[in-house]
Amino acid sequence: MAERSDEVKLLGMWASPFSRRIEIALTLKGVPYDFSEQDITNKSPLLLQLNPVHKMIPVLVHNGKPISESLVILEYIDDTWQNNPILPQDPYERAMARFWAKFVDEQICVTAMKVVGKIGEEREAVVEATRDLLMFLEKELVQKDFLGGESFGFVDIVATLVAFWLMRTEEIVGVKVVPVEKFPKIHRWVKNLMEINVIKKCIPPEDEHLSYIRARMEKLKFKAP
Amino acid sequence: MADEVILLDFWPSMFGMRTRIALEEKNIKFDYREQDLFNKSSILLEMNPVHKKIPVLIHNGKPVCESLIQIEYIDETWPTKNPLLPSDPYQRAQARFWGDFIDKKVYSATRLIWGAKGEEQEEGKKEFIELLKTLESELGDKIYFGGETFGYVDIALIGFYSWFEAYEKLGNFSIEPECPKLSAWAKRCAQRESVAKFLPASDKVTKFVPELRKKIGLE
Repeated sequence: MAERSDEVKLLGMWASPFSRRIEIALTLKGVPYDFSEQDITNKSPLLLQLNPVHKMIPVLVHNGKPISESLVILEYIDDTWQNNPILPQDPYERAMARFWAKFVDEQICVTAMKVVGKIGEEREAVVEATRDLLMFLEKELVQKDFLGGESFGFVDIVATLVAFWLMRTEEIVGVKVVPVEKFPKIHRWVKNLMEINVIKKCIPPEDEHLSYIRARMEKLKFKAP
Repeated sequence: MADEVILLDFWPSMFGMRTRIALEEKNIKFDYREQDLFNKSSILLEMNPVHKKIPVLIHNGKPVCESLIQIEYIDETWPTKNPLLPSDPYQRAQARFWGDFIDKKVYSATRLIWGAKGEEQEEGKKEFIELLKTLESELGDKIYFGGETFGYVDIALIGFYSWFEAYEKLGNFSIEPECPKLSAWAKRCAQRESVAKFLPASDKVTKFVPELRKKIGLE
């Protein structure tokens, strides 16, 4: 548990999956924190000072020392507060967890983001590419309740991006990227996640989140040629 | 039971070099298997079905992919000799941050230097120098990135050093005057046994790069 004297602050943004994963981890560990909502369209001097290299949220500030990049922050949280471990203990299992986390961020997220900006055949191709990647997660979930195995862990926290961002966005974008017929295990896993109190508490409220995404989409469409 | 360690690798890969160096730091003997990346072997496809990329570390039959993850795996599996990551959580986070920076930023800039032409190549070169300067300011007056001891960030970056001459030739620029401290760091690392053993000679890489450019249709 956190020391009384610990000062923990999170610079984040309520609708960001990267920021929310830090809230999930801190909540899971029972670490109290101050949340500082950041305007990502007009970056604050504090953010620029604390993350001069990437200038991005989330930034965790622990007793005055800043840490950025969400996967790095999650590992830091797990190294610092050891109750309710997020990563497995076994080195091979840890390596696998890191592998899938990286896969979610560098492959699924990067590919899925392109769906929004494309139309017609190009969109179809990106949707197919995203599905090919998601199929690896679908296979990982065979006979498992969570991506971490029996219990909720690191990869599940990271992959909330799929469960609550990608899968919420698809209704608004108008393409079913993750149809239940193709991905029954991913859909079952989302249901399992919804049973977890920390998740219920830490994901953005659906209505507000959907209106936010809708507004963002409108802006993007407006900008598109 | 003796550990069986196999490394699927390709000699000019700065990612593969990381894993070779990390294993050597731990004094772990391994079976090095050179891969043809233009005609991928069935073992590579089987061991890394997601990315189909080297390096793949196979420990007692189980594959670990992605070089930075391999370094952590090696450090956690053989923790006693030459720890590669710092034990302090904040220092560990810093090391991981810079490792990630090297993968996300530095590699893509160098990819443009050897894998592009004209304006794009010029962009890559400018970006690369800026990134090296950022790394140089992080290094400061320290001996290694982690301080007194050779570790994770040094291993993550040093492989690029064997390509410096090739980048300089392609981009017609000089790294040392721009980044004197980083250059001194690289030379210091190159003296280290594990690095000396597994970093290919610069002229060998420089000779290889035109071949690579031909293969991807640039020359």
